[in-house]
Order: sequence, then C-alpha cells, then structure tokens
Amino acid sequence: MSEKGTGSAYFLEERKDTTERHTFSILVDNEPGVLARIASLFSGRGYNIESLTVSETDEERRLSRFTVVTTGTPMVLQQIRNQLDRLVPVHSVTDLTVTGQPIERELALVKVSGKGEKRIEALRLAEIFRASVVDTSTEHFVFEITGKSSKIEQFITIMRELGLVEVSRTGIAAMARGAQGLA
Amino acid sequence: MARTMTGAEMVIKVLAEQGVDFIFGYPGGAVLPIYDEIFQQEKVKHVLVRQEGGAVHAAEGYARSTGKVGVVLVTSGPGATNAVTGLTDALMDSIPIVCLTGQVPTHLIGNDAFQECDTIGITRPCTKHNWLVKDVNDLARILHEAFYIAKSGRPGPVVVDIPKDVQFATGTYVSSSNTAIAHKSYRPKLKGDQPAIQHAVELMAAAKRPLFYTGGGVINSGPKASQLLRELVRQTGFPITSTLMGLGAYPASDKQWLGMLGMHGTYESNMAMHGCDLMINIGARFDDRITGRTDMFSPGSRKIHIDIDPSSINKNIKVDVPIVGDCAYVLEDMIRAWRGLASSPEKSALKGWWKQIDQWRAVNSLKYKKLDDVIMPQYALERLQAHIKDRDAYISTEVGQHQMWAAQFLKFDEPNRWLTSGGLGTMGYGLPAAIGAQIAHPKALCIDVAGDASILMNIQEMSTAVQYRLPVKVFILNNQYMGMVRQWQQLLHGNRYSESYTEALPDFVKLAEAYGGVGMRCDHPADLDDAIKAMIAVKDKPLIFDCRVAALANCFPMIPSGKAHNQMLLGEDVSAEEIDKAIGKEGKVLV
Repeated sequence: MSEKGTGSAYFLEERKDTTERHTFSILVDNEPGVLARIASLFSGRGYNIESLTVSETDEERRLSRFTVVTTGTPMVLQQIRNQLDRLVPVHSVTDLTVTGQPIERELALVKVSGKGEKRIEALRLAEIFRASVVDTSTEHFVFEITGKSSKIEQFITIMRELGLVEVSRTGIAAMARGAQGLA
Repeated sequence: MARTMTGAEMVIKVLAEQGVDFIFGYPGGAVLPIYDEIFQQEKVKHVLVRQEGGAVHAAEGYARSTGKVGVVLVTSGPGATNAVTGLTDALMDSIPIVCLTGQVPTHLIGNDAFQECDTIGITRPCTKHNWLVKDVNDLARILHEAFYIAKSGRPGPVVVDIPKDVQFATGTYVSSSNTAIAHKSYRPKLKGDQPAIQHAVELMAAAKRPLFYTGGGVINSGPKASQLLRELVRQTGFPITSTLMGLGAYPASDKQWLGMLGMHGTYESNMAMHGCDLMINIGARFDDRITGRTDMFSPGSRKIHIDIDPSSINKNIKVDVPIVGDCAYVLEDMIRAWRGLASSPEKSALKGWWKQIDQWRAVNSLKYKKLDDVIMPQYALERLQAHIKDRDAYISTEVGQHQMWAAQFLKFDEPNRWLTSGGLGTMGYGLPAAIGAQIAHPKALCIDVAGDASILMNIQEMSTAVQYRLPVKVFILNNQYMGMVRQWQQLLHGNRYSESYTEALPDFVKLAEAYGGVGMRCDHPADLDDAIKAMIAVKDKPLIFDCRVAALANCFPMIPSGKAHNQMLLGEDVSAEEIDKAIGKEGKVLV
C-alpha cells in the first residue's frame, strides 16, 4: 500500500482532517441488549471508544444514559451521531462538546499499600487531591477520588511510586453547562 | 375486548392482521407450535423452501417485487444462522423483512441446548432491530412493532426470536390499532426541510450542467416516488442516471436516461457525473461502486442529497444541500417549488450540456464484438430483452459479470421489476428471489439471469419451484468461470486464474430434469431466438436454460478501483498494457 494513500473509497481514514475528542450523551430505552447494540455499533464501524459509562437515569420512563467519549474527524463524529441516532431504542444523541466544554467527572478507587514514610506521604498527597479514605488497615489505603480524568491520572501516577496496588475507574459522566437539560 | 390465545396463535393472528398472504420458511423443533397453527388455517400460506437462506432471499424477491413486507419463519440454531446472509443482504439493500425465529425454551437459554444459538446476538448487526420475546403478553405488540419498523423509514430486516415455551403459553392478544401509537424513540422523518428544498430548487434553476443521480430509495419509497421523479425530470429537462438498485424508477427507454452509472456504468453517465455542475442525488448513498476514487469524485459540482437516513448524508461524500426525508414527500415539494419559481428556467439553456452528453453517448460504451459461431453474453441478453420487452416480466440476478451485463442490456421501464443483490453482492440470491417474485405474481414472467457458479449456491430451490409449480426461468450465462473473479484476475493478477475455473459443472439440462423441471441448452447464436421463445412458452414448471457463452468475455466499460469517473476503461479493444497502466499499483490492492 502506498504511503500517501490513494484517495479511494477504501482509504477514507487517510483524510487530512484532524481528529477531535468529543463526548456524547445518549438517552436510550433501558431494554435488554441495548449496551451490546451501542458497543457493537462502535466496533462494527471501526469507531473509537475512549470511555463508556451507562446507568439508568430515569426509572419512571425506564431510560438509561450513556456517556461515550470518542475521537474522530468531524465527518466521522457526525457519522457516529447519525448512526447512533438511527438505532431503534435510542431517544436522543447529544454531542456535548459541540455546545461548549461539558462538565466531565470520573470516580476512581485507588488501592495503595505500604508502610512508614511512603504510607504517610500517600495520605498527605491524597488530602491535596481531596481523595477520601474508604478502607484502610495498617498496611493499606483505598482512596476514593473524583474529578476530571486528568486529575485522576495525575493522582494515579503519583501513587505508583508510593505502592499502588490496583485501580478501578468508572469512566466519564458528563453534562452540558447551563440551565437546559437533555431533550 | 381483550382476547387470550397461545403465542403460536398470536403469530398467525398478527400475520393475518398485517395482511400477509405468503410466508417463506422451513420447520424445526423450536417452531413446531407455530407450524401446527399454520396447518390449521388457510389465510396465511406457507412456502416451504429447501434451505433457510433461500427463504430470506425468496422473501426479499417477494418484498422487492410487491413493495410489501417479506416474512420468513425458521427454527432455532442452524435455522437462524442460515438466515444470516439473507438478513445482511436485506439490510444492505433496505428490503423490509420480518424474520421469525424459533428459540429454545426460556429456561434453557444460555445452557448450550440442542439447536440453541444466540440469535439476537448474531443478528444484531445484520438487522434494523431485533427482539427476544420472553413474555407471551408482549408477543403481539412486538410483532406489530416489528412490521412497522421493517417497512417504515429506511426499510430493513428485523428478527423476532420466540422461545418455544412462549409459543405454547397463553396470553392476551393486542391488535395493531392498539399498538399504533407513536413509537417512543423511533420516528423517521418523512417531510424534508422546506428552506433546504427551496434552496435546492433555486440551485437547479441556475444550473448549467445538472444531473439527477437516483437510487434504490426512490423504489423503496413506493410507486408514487417513481411517478413524481418522472414528473420532475421531465419538467426540468435534466439528464438522469441511476444506481444498480435504482433501475426502473425512471424508464430506461426515455431519452433523458443515460443508463446506469458506476463501476460498470455507461460512459455518458459517468462522464456526466464527473462533469456536472449540480448533482441531485435522490435516494442513493454514494456507494464505493458508484464514486470510484472519492477525492476526484465529481470535482466541479454542488451536491444535493435527498435521503431518509441521516447517516447516509456526508458518509462518503460531503454534500452542499442535505435534505432528510422520504423521496416521495421531498419530490412532491420540489415539484411544487419548481413550478413556483419566479421565472421558469429555459430548457434551451441546457443545450450545450446535452450536446456534450450526446458526444459521450456516441462513444457507445456498451458495444461489443459479435461472433458468428459463439454466443456473446451481451448478445444473449440483447435477445432476451427483445423477447421480454412487451411482457409482464420480473428479472432477478445472481452476482457477477452476468449481473452487470443484465443491468446494462435489460431495460427497465417500471420500478419493482429488477431484483438484484446490490450492497452485499450475494451469489445465490437470484433463484430464490425469482421464486418469491413468482409467488407474488403467478402470471408474470420471472427470470433469474444467472451465472454458472452463482446458480449452484442455491440450486436446491429448484425443488421448491417444482413443488409450487412455479414457471421460473433460470437463464444461465454459462462461461464455466466465476467470470468476475476471472476478469479481475486477468486485469489485476497477471492472468493467473486461481480457482476461478469450475472444472466440474453439472449437466444443467439433466439437473433441471432431475428436479422435475425442464432443461434446455443453446450454444449457437443462430439458435438463440427460437430457444428463448421455447423457454418463455414453458408453463407450470421451472426451467434451466444453459446458455453457453464465450468463456473469456469481459464486462466493460469499467472504472478500475481507485480511479475516477473520467478514467474509465472502454471496451474489449484495450490492450493488456493499457489496462496495467490504467489500474496502477495502488488500485490493485482495492476490492
């Protein structure tokens, strides 16, 4: 295959457009298989998923809300939106990034084990990051931390030197700023 | 008053209420309760195929030739997995299909039970939507919804998976009138955006080199869309070309018609696509067989795109005026807006454009060398066309060279007459599709234009045709090769015909007779007309016509992969070196 690509229909990904990172909120009927439907659409059409979270958010109408962070060229992002929108159980697809920087938060549980100076240092740094201790013994802490992904990543990086054992992250929950709600 | 009945009874009741007269299927353990109900009624007639894949293609042929929903009934496990190719085919070509699959009893799901498979998981990516029904009280509602989803918006296949215990269980039936309330989340947009339509019409009025490019969406929208298309095309005086799926929406005998476009389209249609200043895409999707090289696709044109599916817009080609809506609604509004223009545009302004098109037409890109002692495949189809042109004919095809030649040489003046597997390119589609069309139109002339390789992929359906006394004609252009594979090997792989020659073909005449049909053979051009006449005269039985054609004929014109519309290869007289030069290294890696 040539380096520069041929511009044929088979090399669409070689367009020069730059890729962007967008956050989508998708409201769906909470029915069996809906997660597989959304996830397999991404894998089947070769779209990226950087983060995916889902939970029921409207018990009465049995609606679930997906938050998907994905990357692509503007054309691909529009495709993702349209492809999601035509799935039968999908009520609405909102590209939160188009309407302005959305609020994005993630929660992580971070287990750190160690003794002595490192243990004290871990606790001190956790306070700086406003992480709270949700489980402890004389040899470990489990911290709960929320915030932007970048903050969580920074915290994890630091804890790596202080006896990081394991990490569990929720993925991103996101919402647009302002008074308006999702359609 | 709510009525209670078993799940199996509900299935039949819904089919009757939805106006289904024929279903295509194959029984098995997990659908026995439904088959028991079929046995005890006469409203819904069942057509027994010989393999479930044939059932879906037959339902596609039925749907495509009638505009109605095609219905399939198969059992669990292998019944469902055999249906997958047909479902994918229907998804790619937007054919409305409701496929009912049996499933093992709910308490056995997930246990690797006999003939169990994850039907919903397997068919999720190849259906518009699918359901597993776990409660008999949901069954009737889901089945009505299934019909609605299959036929509305951009049509497509749906699967309803029904466990055997749900078929036996008793529950409450709901009629379609009680479920017809607006769907919670699925609401296809039918009417186009008015300002966009107005803008489109103004662009049309100002265009110097306009072109309509229409697709299967016009046919899917229904006969009214085809009527409106004809009206708009005639009023504007613009030239029109169609995709493979769009043939018949506009009459091929009309002088504004440029023929099919795309990889094996006519020179004039592809050159017009390349040279137009305004492209009006109605119900087509800029498929890669149409666009060729995308960065050189119609470089000087503004593009209007009318499609009911928003995800078709800006998928492959960026357009200037997108209009989301049903073709019939949008065409109606466009005609109104065109009539309402302040000053009606002069048709004479297009004179230069038509003159240019006539020069391209004069190239006569479908020409081929006739031979005296060997039947050229193109000649066989020209003669076939001459004999069917005044008849009530439905043509299906398999996939390959014969399919492209049929698209080039058979002329369709009406929609729903041309049944072919466009998107998926499924060999083995044509015979069952012709059976489905013949079931729907018992008096019509239904012909499957086939290749010798494709026909063997669903040859077992001959047995179905015999059982129902269907006079389907299988017209095989027999060149003993997988012709399109061979052509690509010749053009792209140095004449190395790897596995594309079928060394042991059956005797098609004896094969037809063995099934209980009629077999015919013709290998000389001089005998062809009489043989075709004799073929058409056969009633009540399927027939295989083994038309022996030139073995190494190539399908031209052709836009090689990775090339633009104005870089077509024309005719048989191109040399091997020219072909090699034209295609280039990058093109050879493309499909």
